[in-house]
Amino acid sequence: MPLRRNAARNAVLDGTLRTLRASGAHGLICSCLLIATQLAFPAMAASQQSASQPAARQQVAIVLARERRELPPPLSLLDLPAADDAVAGAQLAINDNNTTGRFLKQEFSLEVIQAVADDLLRDVDARVRQGVSFIVLDASPPTVLALADRLKDRNVLILNAGANADQLRDEGCRRNVVHTAPSRGMLADALAQYLVWKRWRRWFLVAGADADDQAFADAVRRGAKRFGAKIVQERTFTLDPGNRRADGGHEQIQEQIPAFTQNVPDYDVLVVADEAGQFGDYLPYRSWDARPVAGTQGLVATSWHPALEQWGATQFQNRFLRLANRPMRALDYNVWVAVRSIGEAATRARSATANDIIAYLRSEEFELAAFKGRKLSYRSWNGQLRQPILLATPKLTVTVSPQPGFLHPTSELDTLGSDKPESLCKAYASP
Amino acid sequence: MRPHQQCFAWLRAVIAPHLSAHLGAPGKSRAFAWALTFAVLGAGVSPLKAYTVYVTNEKDNTVSIIDSSKLEVVKTIKVGQRPRGITLSKDQKWLLICTSDDNTVQVWDTETLTFVKTLPSGPDPELFILHPAGNRLYIANEDDNIITVVDVAESTVLAEIAVGVEPEGLGISPDGGLLVATSETTNMAHFIDTATHTIIDNVLVDSRPRVAEFTPDGSQVWVSAEIGGKVSVIDPKSRKILAKIAFEIPGVTADAIQPVGVRISRNGKLAFVALGPANRVAVIDTATFKVEKYLLVGQRVWQLAFTPDDKLLFTTNGTSNDVSVIDVEKLRVLRSIRVGRYPWGVVVAGH
Repeated sequence: MPLRRNAARNAVLDGTLRTLRASGAHGLICSCLLIATQLAFPAMAASQQSASQPAARQQVAIVLARERRELPPPLSLLDLPAADDAVAGAQLAINDNNTTGRFLKQEFSLEVIQAVADDLLRDVDARVRQGVSFIVLDASPPTVLALADRLKDRNVLILNAGANADQLRDEGCRRNVVHTAPSRGMLADALAQYLVWKRWRRWFLVAGADADDQAFADAVRRGAKRFGAKIVQERTFTLDPGNRRADGGHEQIQEQIPAFTQNVPDYDVLVVADEAGQFGDYLPYRSWDARPVAGTQGLVATSWHPALEQWGATQFQNRFLRLANRPMRALDYNVWVAVRSIGEAATRARSATANDIIAYLRSEEFELAAFKGRKLSYRSWNGQLRQPILLATPKLTVTVSPQPGFLHPTSELDTLGSDKPESLCKAYASP
Repeated sequence: MRPHQQCFAWLRAVIAPHLSAHLGAPGKSRAFAWALTFAVLGAGVSPLKAYTVYVTNEKDNTVSIIDSSKLEVVKTIKVGQRPRGITLSKDQKWLLICTSDDNTVQVWDTETLTFVKTLPSGPDPELFILHPAGNRLYIANEDDNIITVVDVAESTVLAEIAVGVEPEGLGISPDGGLLVATSETTNMAHFIDTATHTIIDNVLVDSRPRVAEFTPDGSQVWVSAEIGGKVSVIDPKSRKILAKIAFEIPGVTADAIQPVGVRISRNGKLAFVALGPANRVAVIDTATFKVEKYLLVGQRVWQLAFTPDDKLLFTTNGTSNDVSVIDVEKLRVLRSIRVGRYPWGVVVAGH
């Protein structure tokens, strides 16, 4: 087993012992062993779970379901996801929930299921039949929809932490799904507001050819229109830069990128749509004109940044670092928010019943403090979490949107993404 | 400085800027201020007393020292890293500072302004409170979900009390028997028996509770919730929430109203609540729990401290790098005093 994973497991156990020393609660030993063993032996989880839980406490079981997908490796070694990506975020939130829960006799347990789409649907369904009501999901949009439809007659809430497709929030929305991951629309609007605030209104849009990149480009076009920017030129990046790794390699890129970005009408900023990170990082410092790069690379819009320290985030980052031995990524944060949302709703509703928790989470009263300087809550028209969006370079946060001056009658956070009057989500309109 | 000089200085400092704002021409206003100075002196109004105000500057690693009679910074001292919570020993000989990034509490001599010693604090101390008897210090370790109890004289840790996630605010009853600790992510006020160091009850409040403050008679404890935007008034005997105070300011969005610092006047009649990025301090009648007034201060107002005579209230304004001075009787902001970067905590000594 790789060293890194052992370190993470030890951190989990360490955290448990610490909590245990403090509380003396017997049940926590087992639930944490449960978390730790699941990393290695997922199949053991179910039996341990039932053996470990004393009856006096209210139990809330949460499943983190991750779809195993074939993703191309990122250009930069720095962007390789950790083995416990998402999982560590869930563990931290479970720990936070349980620290609160021990004062209220509530206990939260986590099971992690990682499988290819079909197996994932089957395994999650099995857990739901065993009584699990909360599924935190990191999967592709088709899998999100397949799971939502499969579980539609069951008392289940799916919290989408991984898919940013606007379609899942609009025509394709499902009543049993809420979204902690920001939509593409929110990300593009956050970026558009800042670029307009900066008076960089003329954009050169470079998008990859695949559907995800084109969808991001659509969101960028919409953002430009909404906030008063102009796309002076669009180009699709179809150049095949070859395998990401070769001895040498920069020599040819250095020739290709200037040629690709030549002869563009005067522009202020190059906006790139490359969600899988296949070429976007080749653009900064190589474009024909000396222009900043923003979008999916360069200045990026994101729900979280490992260097954010405002709003008490330092302690949060420290807790995560101690647990996982690595910085927190956006997916970890989206999952943390999902698991904490369940915890917060259970605390406020003073109930471990799925109906009570789901009702509270969807209610006007729900608010979550999540280290972004203001309360987060779920939009009533499509279940999307409203939240500030960070704009950041690889090392630091540059700014946080919504930007000053972009006003909204109810919440400025609703200037990002699909607002109520324009929402195409029907499932939420008629509950 | 002799009393009449103090009075002159105060009148120049306090009244002249306001008059110049009203009258426009500086020369004219100065003459007017001097005329007023003599008029007021003739009427026998007592001058501001000279207290010493200590302000921690989180970003500068310094403490600004303000003379409350001059309303200006008289000295700045370099202290440990990321100074935040600040208080005085009971005899006021020692200044105690949470130097969060050093993971210690520093003790400074108020007479000589020299460093005395560090106290063990546990990791990342943010706020603390001294027991009324003087020796025990309760420190919130935001990074470790515990309250550390320290013997100040002996520099030893007496106990650690496990609380919720990210403990922050600490309030202690006037008789010293009950400690209230808030935890920011657990969203609770934990009621702790100081004799046994055990939690006797937990009260769920709104999101991200920051500060707990007892009324002088000990009958209520006020807890501010930064993200929730409300203040809960709790009966420490029954642990029931007696009232929840909400805030509404025309032209300021609800999200920006984030209550943090809470101080209650020694006569128990008025409560002052700092509202963070709303840039205002709310003045609340403690009998009715109604907000009487919003005072416009600097940006992201954080913590508050009265002078011992309750005549002035000092506010730390995080993002505008200044301290606002409020005239408590007139409920007016007298002036702002520039301090270091990101002023955080404030305490006023009786000397």
